[in-house]
Amino acid sequence: MTAPLDFESWSCPLPLRDYPSIIMGHGGGGKLSSDLVEHLFLPAFRNEALEELGDASVVAGQAGSIALSTDSFVVRPLFFPGGSIGELAVNGTLNDLAMAGARPRYLTAGFILEEGLPLAQLAAIVDRMAEAARTASVAIVTGDTKVVERGHGDGCYINTAGVGFVPAGVSVGPRRARSGDAVLLSGPIGDHGIAVMSVREGLTFETEIRSDTAALYPLVERMLEQPEMVHVLRDPTRGGVCASLNELAQASGVGIVIEETCIPARAEVEAACDLLGLDPLSVANEGKLLAIVAPGAADEVLTRMRAHPLGREAVRIGKVTAENAGIVAVRTALGALRVLTPPVGELLPRIC
Amino acid sequence: MRYLVEFRDSEIARRLLDEIRRVTTGAWVIMEVCGGQTHSIIRHGIDQLLPDEIELIHGPGCPVCVTPIETIDRALAIAARDGVIFCSFGDMLRVPGTESDLFAVKSEGGDVRVVYSPLDAVRLAEANPESEVVFFGVGFETTAPANAMAIEQARRRGLRNFSMLASHVLVPPAIEAILQSPANRVQAFLAAGHVCSVMGFWQYPPLAEAYGVPIVVTGFEPVDLLDGIRRAVLQLEAGEARVENAYERIVRREGNRAAQELVERVFEVTARAWRGIGEIPSSGLRIREAYAEFDAERRFDVEGLVSHESELCRSGEVLQGAIKPHECAAFGKECTPRSPLGATMVSGEGACAAYYNYGRFVPVASVSQA
Repeated sequence: MTAPLDFESWSCPLPLRDYPSIIMGHGGGGKLSSDLVEHLFLPAFRNEALEELGDASVVAGQAGSIALSTDSFVVRPLFFPGGSIGELAVNGTLNDLAMAGARPRYLTAGFILEEGLPLAQLAAIVDRMAEAARTASVAIVTGDTKVVERGHGDGCYINTAGVGFVPAGVSVGPRRARSGDAVLLSGPIGDHGIAVMSVREGLTFETEIRSDTAALYPLVERMLEQPEMVHVLRDPTRGGVCASLNELAQASGVGIVIEETCIPARAEVEAACDLLGLDPLSVANEGKLLAIVAPGAADEVLTRMRAHPLGREAVRIGKVTAENAGIVAVRTALGALRVLTPPVGELLPRIC
Repeated sequence: MRYLVEFRDSEIARRLLDEIRRVTTGAWVIMEVCGGQTHSIIRHGIDQLLPDEIELIHGPGCPVCVTPIETIDRALAIAARDGVIFCSFGDMLRVPGTESDLFAVKSEGGDVRVVYSPLDAVRLAEANPESEVVFFGVGFETTAPANAMAIEQARRRGLRNFSMLASHVLVPPAIEAILQSPANRVQAFLAAGHVCSVMGFWQYPPLAEAYGVPIVVTGFEPVDLLDGIRRAVLQLEAGEARVENAYERIVRREGNRAAQELVERVFEVTARAWRGIGEIPSSGLRIREAYAEFDAERRFDVEGLVSHESELCRSGEVLQGAIKPHECAAFGKECTPRSPLGATMVSGEGACAAYYNYGRFVPVASVSQA
């Protein structure tokens, strides 16, 4: 488990010191709001477009197709082994862009803060967002803050929206899986979901498992060096590999069969899933991707994936079939076939 | 958990399957008693790989499934009260009562919390002295020791705000009830390994002898299950009816004496209604008079409960092995894990949920190796 965050030693710029926690006025649009922007958000996210502080940010464009995506993040607890809501809010939306084959460029950030959230926690979240954006060479160019009364939120909700540019020749999408295609997975599954569950209130499960949160575009860029080889990309977040493959089988009108013995998961994750009665295939990931690639291209794409740190443990897990359209089947280790139905999900704690 | 690897080894499993195919000459009906075994059998597709002559019937060993609807309704009524923190294992939350379920009570403002151990509920009671903390204590002999421990701890800590709504059931009387049923087809049993880890298997030889059925104490991994089935088939083929332990790495004949003594101290045997099956004599545990202050049933006066089951649901027949889940007309239509009509569709151990979750309602064409 990671060391507890040291909020105490975080030193707050002067004007914010008067209020160690978020109060309703921080969302009121007045002096307190602008203090928050000036002393907390701007120093962390600093970039030209943001510093204009206009109603909208004007940024440089690019010829060709653009990709847009938005996602809201409501994770509890806000900090967990290997990450926080901050990294998730940045990487989650960036990955949605990357799964369209787009190089992410810009992000917006909307915060809904609960009255009483310690400013030191907000600062830590914002710092982690800034770090994740820097790592991915993406600018957070505009934002918004609202405050809700105590008891009306889990401390901090974040919405991010992203803009990315699709390189010429790239055309990936959920409807493009074809019979005979190979299904690839970039690494072991379930780390994020189990990491979050391991620290949730009431669950005293000890584990070394850390969230896999990561921005995947650098890996995608490698995979798309010959863009025609890659038909579909999908990051298996909520609902895990199970939900993603079912969505793709439905969208493309094909069957998918995967081999249970080929699905990688860490021993600790498997053990935790055994204890909790979960199927690793249904547990969330935040730094993995599924790829459906042309029949003859699987080995080459795998080689490219394994050459990148985010895809070092990439494997081929199955194939696309014409039979059983809309259905995902798993061949068990014993050789029987079972259908992988989409998870109902209510009992899984809310994890992202 | 690496120690489990050999019990999931597909080579060993294939060898066991080969032997089962080789020795099977007659048609045999075997019941796996425990819902955890059912789940594993369906998940790994074991029933599909057995020779056609062997039929597996899924037994009533899912505590969530057999908890009477009256008890669920009582739980809902208590959980809805102001000042009550109602604690339950997660899979009880979606079990339908007559009108509602615990999820709905929660969404309407009831303080319903999922805990992973009854001792968590004791801690909650200690931390919230102004609230009444009630734990929903369901389960077979497997969960009874921890529940007994929770009541003991509450007494030792002098807690006046902790109680348990206990609805425990016992396996051997259920096996006997099945054997006494005129419609019974079961010729051999795979006894529930985890229950035997607590209770041992000294209770079974009289049953095996009186009814002439092989009883094999069996675990939950594919290799465990196949070995249990293999031993049952060997006995059936040889015309024998003995108790065998195929789960030796966990189960001893006498079981866990300390756990049994704890259960004996806090609980006493009583008649119990099984949902979908009916009342079975001496098949449940209730909290002893000496611990009455911790008994939620006595502590909370719940009146005016009128309970009735869905008319479409045939879970009783499923629990008794009379029909397979997909033979119920409501299966996968009116009844799914999202909106279950009966408890067997809720719990991860329920036979209907196992069939649904592993897609036994859609035909899958055989597909070549990926």
